[in-house]
Amino acid sequence: MSGREAVVCRTGTANLASIFAGLRRAGGAPRMACRAGELLEAHRVVLPGVGAFGAAMATLREDGMAEPLRRRMAAGRPTLAICVGLQLMARASEESPGVEGLGAMAATVGRFPDGVRRPQFGWNAVAAGEGCRLLAGGYAYFANSYRLAAPPPGWHAATADHGGPFVAALERGAILACQFHPELSGPWGVALLERWLALPC
Amino acid sequence: MLTARVIPCLDVDGGRVVKGIRFQGLRDAGDPVRRAAAYEADGADELTMLDVSATPQRRSNAHRTVAALRGALSIPLTVGGGVRTLSDAGRLLEAGADKVAVNTAAVRRPPLVAEIARRFGSQCAVVAIDAARRPQGEGWEVVVHSGGERTGLDAIAWAREVEGHGAGEILLTSWDRDGTRRGYDTALIAAVAGAVSVPAIASGGAATPAHLVAAIRAGADAVLAASIFHDGDYGLPCVKAAMARAGIPVRPAA
Repeated sequence: MSGREAVVCRTGTANLASIFAGLRRAGGAPRMACRAGELLEAHRVVLPGVGAFGAAMATLREDGMAEPLRRRMAAGRPTLAICVGLQLMARASEESPGVEGLGAMAATVGRFPDGVRRPQFGWNAVAAGEGCRLLAGGYAYFANSYRLAAPPPGWHAATADHGGPFVAALERGAILACQFHPELSGPWGVALLERWLALPC
Repeated sequence: MLTARVIPCLDVDGGRVVKGIRFQGLRDAGDPVRRAAAYEADGADELTMLDVSATPQRRSNAHRTVAALRGALSIPLTVGGGVRTLSDAGRLLEAGADKVAVNTAAVRRPPLVAEIARRFGSQCAVVAIDAARRPQGEGWEVVVHSGGERTGLDAIAWAREVEGHGAGEILLTSWDRDGTRRGYDTALIAAVAGAVSVPAIASGGAATPAHLVAAIRAGADAVLAASIFHDGDYGLPCVKAAMARAGIPVRPAA
């Protein structure tokens, strides 16, 4: 095996080609998870996500992935969540009322306010807050209608603005959660993936 | 703050770029991967590939081109042209597209948009609308089959309808301006961008940086252009600098 292995969680019909290409570009060796238990044991896990919060959570629960992911995050093992993957770490989302998230952070996902484009499609300026080790300032590519309006307690955040400030990404130890798509954010995104892949396991 | 996107478009037939043969900057001007990589390095915010293959046989090459582009690009890739069914969309996404654009097939069968949005998410579902000014009366109507057929559908009403079906973005091409180099139809852009809350990409007619600036000022969230870049008249850094000078937020070119 060449490169740093990263086990990718199947969260539905998400297009994974870009995530695989991005991880490879950053020196990673991505492969799909074969069984749910791997999501707890693997050195590195990637939780991608597109589509709706409720549908993605349903997939995680049905396939027995929710609990290992929750335990992995509670243990602080190297995990990269992307887009809806970040949102799944919250307790709930306005997008799918009544659906419980992974609850890795004390937060609820809300919709962008009226008066701005939804989905937010494109490159937004990201500023890394105090304490960030992985995240840096730059431009990141977003494709989302929902977001966290403020960082949850215990996480270092990078923020951006779309009708008001919102959470562009969060990090805590080896857990990195990006609302943007690092795999589609050019050399800046590749560098971020490299930094996450270089963390000790 | 969200920046205005500049999106070069590659028209591909049988795996080869078929427009803009005057492009000078690359050794093999017809190779979509070389061009795409050069555009990314120059600061392109996304790339759109339209498969204009004339035959199904040539079209089957498109998936290989998409996969090759995906391997070379670290920016979003939209693929359109000949997407008729949910499984057509699925195959392109699997090959490496991030978004799929549907056009004629959506007009023929509007639920296709909802099927793609439900299955893959609205962020994958781009609806391409080709609009032409009505010969008499006001407004624009939707044309399909590369302009060969007028549908009678009002372009603004259609934009609202596809938004309701779950389209995440509208790629709006002025059929009157496409290929004319006279600039985008800014009245069309303003009308559609004002009617929907999803982003609108302006397309058709761009020849100068001033045209791109005018489209953003009219309400477009992104500008798509082909010949302005292919012909080498203006590079992406030059275009983005002009937009920035006009007060439009852009991601700085590399």
